[in-house]
Amino acid sequence: MDIYKENILYHSRYPKNYGRLKDKTHSIRINNPLCGDQIEIELKIKKGIIKKIGFVAEGCIISRASSSMFLEFIKGKTLKELGQISQDQVIKLLGVKLGVNRMKCALLPFLAIRDILKANVKKNNQ
Amino acid sequence: MLNVQKIKRDFPIFQKIPNLIYLDSTATSLKPREVMKKGREYYENYGANIFRGIYSLSERATEAYEETRKKMAKLINAYYAEEVIFTKNTTESINLIVFGLARYLIKKDDEILVTMMEHHSNFVPWQMLCQEKKAKFRVVGVEKDNGFLDFVDFERNNNLKINMDKLKKWVTKKTRFFSLTSISNVLGTINPIKEIIKAVKEINKETIIIIDGAQALPHQSVNVQDLGIDFFVGSSHKMLGPTGVGILWGRLELLRQMRPVFYGGEMVEWVSKEKSIFQNPPYRFEAGTPAIAQVVALGTAIDYLIKIGFKNIENHEKELVRYAFDCLKKTFGEKIKILGKDNILFRSGIISFNLRKIHPHDLAHFLGQKNICVRSGHHCAMPLHQFYRINGSVRASFYLYNDFSDIDKLILNLKKAINFF
Repeated sequence: MDIYKENILYHSRYPKNYGRLKDKTHSIRINNPLCGDQIEIELKIKKGIIKKIGFVAEGCIISRASSSMFLEFIKGKTLKELGQISQDQVIKLLGVKLGVNRMKCALLPFLAIRDILKANVKKNNQ
Repeated sequence: MLNVQKIKRDFPIFQKIPNLIYLDSTATSLKPREVMKKGREYYENYGANIFRGIYSLSERATEAYEETRKKMAKLINAYYAEEVIFTKNTTESINLIVFGLARYLIKKDDEILVTMMEHHSNFVPWQMLCQEKKAKFRVVGVEKDNGFLDFVDFERNNNLKINMDKLKKWVTKKTRFFSLTSISNVLGTINPIKEIIKAVKEINKETIIIIDGAQALPHQSVNVQDLGIDFFVGSSHKMLGPTGVGILWGRLELLRQMRPVFYGGEMVEWVSKEKSIFQNPPYRFEAGTPAIAQVVALGTAIDYLIKIGFKNIENHEKELVRYAFDCLKKTFGEKIKILGKDNILFRSGIISFNLRKIHPHDLAHFLGQKNICVRSGHHCAMPLHQFYRINGSVRASFYLYNDFSDIDKLILNLKKAINFF
């Protein structure tokens, strides 16, 4: 069973939204404890909507491709919509079957966004 | 060379997965049938708890459990069998030393020494203790090119020599503990432990020395008396034994000073409302029901290893690692970056490398799809990888069930990976 399908290789080589934002409102850095890889995600959130996304990653093909696909997917969504996205949807975007260990690579951007959401809720409640 | 075809027949996993190429014995070894049979024998024939029962089943279980202690003591040439403590794993063994002994001996400004090539299990507990006690946590450097500790000089005639001037920078009168690995789980470097210990004790004979033998115990004969060390730790699951059992050996006078970390059943001699009196070592460190079946089966793993012979295993692995080194270099040249020195004399059956710019996870995944099991990532040695300025590496490691054809298949598929990525 091959996970390195054409679209995954493509997204990893030419990731969408790659790079940093000049006018970010939120940012986060997340590590993959499995390998020491890092992903940094920057967002511009305005009126509860994700307007812009940028990311830089030092990671494997799966984490890069997943970042590219998932972040493109959430662009333009509201924070409420974002909160309803499940892990399964992230994996579905990739369209391949991953084992438990490799799943961590694919879910890195999802977990990062979830942390941003949590921090955002906390900030608003304060 | 060992008769690998014959050995493979002892490992049921090769019958279930005939084309399995297992190159990750540094993480855990495969298990021979006899070992599993022994664990099952305990459950089927005398599966009672140890020590407490007066009936014959319990006595038989106790005898089998203690038999392994004696075998382990003999294997590492302990002074007494009571010096061998069964823990959960190597990590727990080290934590017991750190939080049962070092915690009570260390004072502010004392120094604890580890090395850059330690597994996290021999790094983080000491780092935590130093933070708690405001003691100095010092990390001996590694020579980038040859993968030796920085106070070990490599001489042209294939000799290793301890550089006393450099060592004196690390070991001082304040060094209370020096904990180091016998073999690096990433570089494969075999440290000249005996020479190091002699030199350290010359500078400070009070320094307590702990050897992390997790990578040594499965591959070479260990003689704790000859080495002159104070503590030695290792794991069952890397030496053909079951998971869930670690080894902690310590000199009896040190074990008597050491306090338990876990309290409860089995480790006490007397309990009243006012106070509790603990048993003597090793029992005071084995609170609660231990992993009986696993310990019993570990005895069989020891028998198996002795039957094959440690010298034979060591030679076999050296042949493999030499072959792997030559083939990787010849095939990939500048495209491959192998960590550590290509001197087989001082290298265990471990090769960690990076191929082109292919991420270690992707490479390992690609190989995994062909049933070739290698490890990728930082191998629980992040400081070492940071020192080499890489995020991770791919590691292939060899044991008694590997042969040249495994390496040939590895090389073949690495070539395919280069074309693919």
